[in-house]
Amino acid sequence: MNFINIWNEYSDLLIENTGITLYMVIISTLLAYLIGIPIGICLVITSENGLRPNKFIYRLLDIFVNIIRSIPFLILLVLIMPITKLIVGQTWGPNATIVPLVFAAAPFIARMVESSLVEVDHGVIEAAQSMGATNWTIVWKVMVSEARSSLIIGATIALATILGYSAMAGAVGGQGLGDVAIQYGYYRFQNDLTIVIVIMLVLMVQVMQAFGMWISKKLDKRITK
Amino acid sequence: MSQPLIRVEKVSKIFKTKDNTVEALKDISLDIEKGDIFGIIGMSGAGKSTLVRCLNFLERPTKGDVFIDGKSLGKMTDRQLRAQRQDVAMIFQHFNLLMQSTVLDNVCFPMRINKVPGHNARKRAMELLKEVGLEDKAKAYPAQLSGGQQQRVAIARALANNPQILLCDEATSALDPKTTGEVLDLLKKINEKHGITIVIITHAMSVVQEICNKVAIIDRGVVAEVGNVLDVFNNPQSDAAMRLVLSSGSGEVPEMKGDHLVRIVFTENSSYEPVVANMVLKFQSPVNIMFANTRDIGGTAQGQMVLQLPDDEALRTQMIQYLKDRKLEVQELSSMKEFEEVNF
Ligand SMILES: Nc1ncnc2c1ncn2[C@@H]1O[C@H](COP(=O)(O)OP(=O)(O)OP(=O)(O)O)[C@@H](O)[C@H]1O
Ligand SMILES: [Mg+2]
Repeated sequence: MNFINIWNEYSDLLIENTGITLYMVIISTLLAYLIGIPIGICLVITSENGLRPNKFIYRLLDIFVNIIRSIPFLILLVLIMPITKLIVGQTWGPNATIVPLVFAAAPFIARMVESSLVEVDHGVIEAAQSMGATNWTIVWKVMVSEARSSLIIGATIALATILGYSAMAGAVGGQGLGDVAIQYGYYRFQNDLTIVIVIMLVLMVQVMQAFGMWISKKLDKRITK
Repeated sequence: MSQPLIRVEKVSKIFKTKDNTVEALKDISLDIEKGDIFGIIGMSGAGKSTLVRCLNFLERPTKGDVFIDGKSLGKMTDRQLRAQRQDVAMIFQHFNLLMQSTVLDNVCFPMRINKVPGHNARKRAMELLKEVGLEDKAKAYPAQLSGGQQQRVAIARALANNPQILLCDEATSALDPKTTGEVLDLLKKINEKHGITIVIITHAMSVVQEICNKVAIIDRGVVAEVGNVLDVFNNPQSDAAMRLVLSSGSGEVPEMKGDHLVRIVFTENSSYEPVVANMVLKFQSPVNIMFANTRDIGGTAQGQMVLQLPDDEALRTQMIQYLKDRKLEVQELSSMKEFEEVNF
């Protein structure tokens, strides 16, 4: 195979677009967490056994999250183009891709935050209540702190998922590695280039995964070594 | 005493679930005086946890109110209640420590809630860890400690904000007998040294005998009996109390079948004389020893024995009189058959 030749020929393009991909993935993950964390926390707090049960709010968020999660990403991307245009001013390019990525990832992240937080031992929460802690303190100093390694694993999964979405966004002019694969690999029949990009994406997911697991383990003090 | 430290006034608690309602507490009233080590004992499901959780309003009573130092918890706002809870600390069966925080941070946690500055909190936390014998574990995480050590951390944490009251819900139930003894000794020391009133929930009579001065027996949501531990042990008035007293050795009610059963209690004056042997010799009639145990409680031997007396009614009456003359408490267990059916 002539992967080496491919690399030599396209290295500038690949490196530049790896940078764009990472930019889109990292920024949209951060923004999605900014939205997903409060929603996840609200889901936990308002659930039946939560700190402040509220059927109405829980249902509302629950349905909202489910609806967005059940829309396939490519369709969501097209559906919200008007919103994207409103926010970014255009519907193509890395910044425009970030909008649908955030839209798609936030509900997914909300669910993961929810499932990490509900796992926190109820006894510890009760102990904090018995000390006179406010719900705010319980959420941030007890639940988030106790669930931190599970939250990190969630973040790793979120990153890998968003990376996948971002490659898909390439199909509709999002730029990044997915875009290169389509423009050069698919339309110009450069299959070797496509394979190189796939390998790069797989490696990125592997690195993220390994790093996430490593941090998660390191932060988890429940296991004695 | 003018006013008790804790007054439980006609507290009822009803849990409504989808398919049924449970009346966990039925019109419970109790007074707990300052300095008491007050035991609350009962079978599983009796309502002990619910009752103790009403003492800091983690559970809000459906009816009735709880007064601490004369202040009504029911009339407090959420903010006042949170402030009040710093005065009523709690420890739990499963310790409930923050597993992702160090021992030191765990002990500092209630002080952080109370907005004590960090360095003051750490200084006090180290003193408390020293008091519970764990100052060398300050940097360790709970998972690296034994159960007994984790409970000591929980006790240090409970003391952090200088509470007046310490509630213990089955605090020794997850520990082995030796560790249980150590934790109970520590609680006793805390009661004496800091004058902290302690409420101990347990299903083990031995725990009550070990450190409590008062005891309330909870049976299916009501207070079956309340009084000094020695009085209740020597002369239980209720079936529930009798069951618990008989279970004080092994934790189980011994199986006893047959008629004419009596329970006798030895006190310090009587335990040296071989009463039962002498009685058998005197009346020339055998008795069946169904069950016996002895405990040394604070230097006082407390023993109990269940005897099956002969069928002859006149002889039986004489024997009971003989035992009573020797200053033994004697109770006829006419309702023992009922006990056999109860499992705990
Ligand atoms: N949150 C709840 N919802 C519904 N029922 C409850 C709830 N908490 C307690 N109960 C019921 O109330 C009764 C008393 O429970 P409680 O936990 O106080 O018993 P307990 O004496 O502490 O028992 P154990 O020794 O097993 O801990 C039980 O029948 C229990 O099922
Ligand atoms: Mg209980």
